[in-house]
Amino acid sequence: MSIKAVNIKYIYNEGTPAAVTALDGISLEAERGEWVSVVGHTGSGKSTLAQHLNLLLTPSSGTVSIDGARVAPGSREARDARRKVGLVFQYPESQFFAETVREEIAFAPSNWGVGGAALDACVAEAASSAGLSPSMLGSNPFSLSGGERRRAAIASVLSMKPDYLVLDEPTAGLDASGVRGLTATFKDLCSKGMAVIHVTHDMEIAMSMSDRIAVLERGVLAVSGTPERVAEYLSERPVKGLVMPPSVRFAQGLREKGVRVPLASRVSGIIEALEEARSRRGR
Amino acid sequence: MEQGPIFSIQGAEFSYKGASSPAVKNVDLSVASGEWVALLGINGSGKSTLAKMMNALLIPTRGACFVMGMDTSDPELAAAIRQNVALVFQNPDDQIVASIVEEDVAFGPENLGLPSETIRARVDRALRLTGLSEMRRRGSYSLSGGQKQRLALAGALAMEPEALILDESTSMLDPEGRASFLNCLRELNARGITIVQITHRMEEVAHASRIVVARSGEVAWDGSPDFFWEEKCAGFGFDIPQELELLRSLRDGGFVPAGTKPAVHDLLEALCL
Repeated sequence: MSIKAVNIKYIYNEGTPAAVTALDGISLEAERGEWVSVVGHTGSGKSTLAQHLNLLLTPSSGTVSIDGARVAPGSREARDARRKVGLVFQYPESQFFAETVREEIAFAPSNWGVGGAALDACVAEAASSAGLSPSMLGSNPFSLSGGERRRAAIASVLSMKPDYLVLDEPTAGLDASGVRGLTATFKDLCSKGMAVIHVTHDMEIAMSMSDRIAVLERGVLAVSGTPERVAEYLSERPVKGLVMPPSVRFAQGLREKGVRVPLASRVSGIIEALEEARSRRGR
Repeated sequence: MEQGPIFSIQGAEFSYKGASSPAVKNVDLSVASGEWVALLGINGSGKSTLAKMMNALLIPTRGACFVMGMDTSDPELAAAIRQNVALVFQNPDDQIVASIVEEDVAFGPENLGLPSETIRARVDRALRLTGLSEMRRRGSYSLSGGQKQRLALAGALAMEPEALILDESTSMLDPEGRASFLNCLRELNARGITIVQITHRMEEVAHASRIVVARSGEVAWDGSPDFFWEEKCAGFGFDIPQELELLRSLRDGGFVPAGTKPAVHDLLEALCL
């Protein structure tokens, strides 16, 4: 079970002199339970790709399939597919309209005819998955702190019970503790079988959380694969605007000193590699 | 040079016109010549107001601020103060005045009425230190954001100030530009120039000899970086940078000596296997 984009090409203002090719033959797949990060510089096409996954944009050419079925734009299947794919925009709280957090979260399922106890259960579950305390359900969304608002907006997507969660810079503008909290929430959803497609330029989160990373450069896939493969590639061929996290730069330095260490190691992995190197040299 | 502090802020308060509460209050701060002070704080904590006070751009509404013994509230001393203390803003477009790079750098020393050879020597040196020598004939406004920031720094250096105040002056630089900017600052500081640096980047803080944290207009903490890293970083809501996590683990494992700075470059250099 996966969401799969194959050979997506997308041209903004197609057929006009202002035509711009935003995506040029991108393929990407995310299985349920997987965390796939899409990284790249501003203007690399990350957000355009995210909007294809939720069928907000129709590719100029190429296909999107969900759970094995190709989804033609405008079809009945496309509408159903959109329920399976939840998209959280950057600054999602700018789209709040309801007076309470509860109404905000209940909006989509109640539109689908869910009501009564089933709706309450659905709201409670979404709120708890997003890390929102039940006491906040009665609050006005605009009275919440930045981190809580973001959680409320995410809960209102989770209430649709999506199988695939597409997040476009979900932690933008949050402080350090807000970023950590949300990242843990996404990892938890992932371990429960949801696919997380995370659009970001935070390489530290991408390196430490992802099963796979896709690097976009001006609408083309520069490299994709495990964090280790991507770190190896980027250390040979840096991509403008992507800064490797300190642990990777430190690991690169260690390799130059002859210490064997995977580039995508966490801090604990780096220490292990150093201890091994020390015991080998001590002998 | 006198031995007194380069900056001495005494019981200072500053309120912007029409503001309900002061932007800066109860600040006592003394900075000695040759120090490198990192000034941290969230948005609205009063850091930039404090920086402008140190350059006599803002005069305390209560209390006093002295720069090398000169009272900033005396308008006759303002020119002398600004010759000695250069402020580099976050947005370089705020301080680029000439249309050609080298002319912009020469602007300050020309206003001092220096002989033309001295001006040329200062401009050459400032351009070299900031890595702009090859762009000296370029149009100032054709430069990239990062190059403009280096140009703003070059203009400040050409004044040969005793102290530099940097208000998020590296925000537009890419990682390489930032590294060379920091190297430049290190060199200047090694020559005795006092640096007061406002920044959000922990990697830059690593070079400071002292850390001051502003909160709600007051100095909430003032001390050595080592203690800051150990005790205070998370307490003030700053992110614990991965560099610091690396430093702690490396030090606990005996791979780097105590006192190593939490920057990738320093950690690699100090590494002993």
